[in-house]
Amino acid sequence: MTMPSQGLKPALAPPTLWICEHCDTVYRRRKLARGEVARCVRCDALLARHHSIGVRGMFVLVITAMIAFVQANIWPIVTLGLNGHQISATLWGCIMIMWREHAQVVAVIAALTLFFLPIVKMGFLFWILAYARQRRRAPGFRWIMVTLYRVGPWTMSEVFVLGALVAIVKAHMYFEVQANPGIFAYGVLMLIITAFSSIDVRRFWDLTEETPA
Amino acid sequence: MSELPRASDLGLIGCHVCRMVCRDVKAPDAACPRCGSPLHKRKSGSYTRTWALLIAAFMFYLPANILPIMRTVSLGDVDDNTILSGIIELWVKGSPDLAVIVFTASIVVPVLKFFALGLLLISSQRGSQWAQRQRGKLYRLVEFIGYWSMLDVFVVALLTALVQFGFFSQVEPLPGVVFFGLTVVITMIASMTFDPRLIWDGRDSDD
Ligand SMILES: [Zn+2]
Ligand SMILES: [Zn+2]
Repeated sequence: MTMPSQGLKPALAPPTLWICEHCDTVYRRRKLARGEVARCVRCDALLARHHSIGVRGMFVLVITAMIAFVQANIWPIVTLGLNGHQISATLWGCIMIMWREHAQVVAVIAALTLFFLPIVKMGFLFWILAYARQRRRAPGFRWIMVTLYRVGPWTMSEVFVLGALVAIVKAHMYFEVQANPGIFAYGVLMLIITAFSSIDVRRFWDLTEETPA
Repeated sequence: MSELPRASDLGLIGCHVCRMVCRDVKAPDAACPRCGSPLHKRKSGSYTRTWALLIAAFMFYLPANILPIMRTVSLGDVDDNTILSGIIELWVKGSPDLAVIVFTASIVVPVLKFFALGLLLISSQRGSQWAQRQRGKLYRLVEFIGYWSMLDVFVVALLTALVQFGFFSQVEPLPGVVFFGLTVVITMIASMTFDPRLIWDGRDSDD
């Protein structure tokens, strides 16, 4: 696999190395072939992978995700009918009712992981990518990249999609339920998230040139 | 051990935030020259913090399972559901497939997280060289699946928003769901606080 580097002079450490984040092993960087994935010899963790989606592709993905996100939030996700009554649930409907029903903690968790943090993530990615298309660093690049890294694990839209499916089946035990456009928009969002999950956004550090902000 | 060089032996530190390779200047306030994030050879106080978070999460986990998470009122019929009884109901009345998914997300994943993190902490603290590769994989699994446990919390929120027919039928969240949401958040932080490089550090190492 990868040649371990020998006789290194750590006086000035250039970014020509990979350090495995899971076991601290050092490797010399190398170009990856199409579809190739570099794994750590010691612990088998992912070191790097060849990026089949370029900056342009990512830009399109982020815009699609933003459109799907807007759709997912304006359309009801599920509608329930009983004796002529119709009730629809949207994400904000859920958040608001949890707040009113004394589950404020849940309301806050849902608002952050399903609404605010996804918006931050998509907005920041859009900003970074818009500039990265010209191989430039966006204004505020440094703190935006740090924030993106920190926000990373805290978006849960894909869990919400599965949750909606379970809720539909559960409500169906008693009532008439139907899925609405909102859930399909979430489905699209879920697909994009899956496509994106293989991309390490930290590559923008290497991809873009350093220009004083 | 092996001839593969490790960053800590070469006096290097890899920045987590931007993957920059930096020289270890051995200063407590060292920062990455590229992104400005603090540089540590290992996440600071990883053992203590992860243990504390794990214990805290467990203390929330007990009421999360014992207390009901949701009340359904249907034509005057009041029914309180715990996580487990909700799964059983789903299995019996609805769809066994989904019941298995919810069971995995709500019961298997949290329990696995407690056992896995406990095991990783104890074995790494003892400097054990047992099954290091598998332990590394276990850690990555825990990190990857952890947030799916939020499933039941979102289900309760959706059902509450959906079933609001006043007197006839209604769904209300109960305290169990709050404890469960907190358990998921705290275990996620716990798995982030654990430093997987400790698995490979062997006996004589510290922060
Ligand atoms: Zn490794
Ligand atoms: Zn950095």
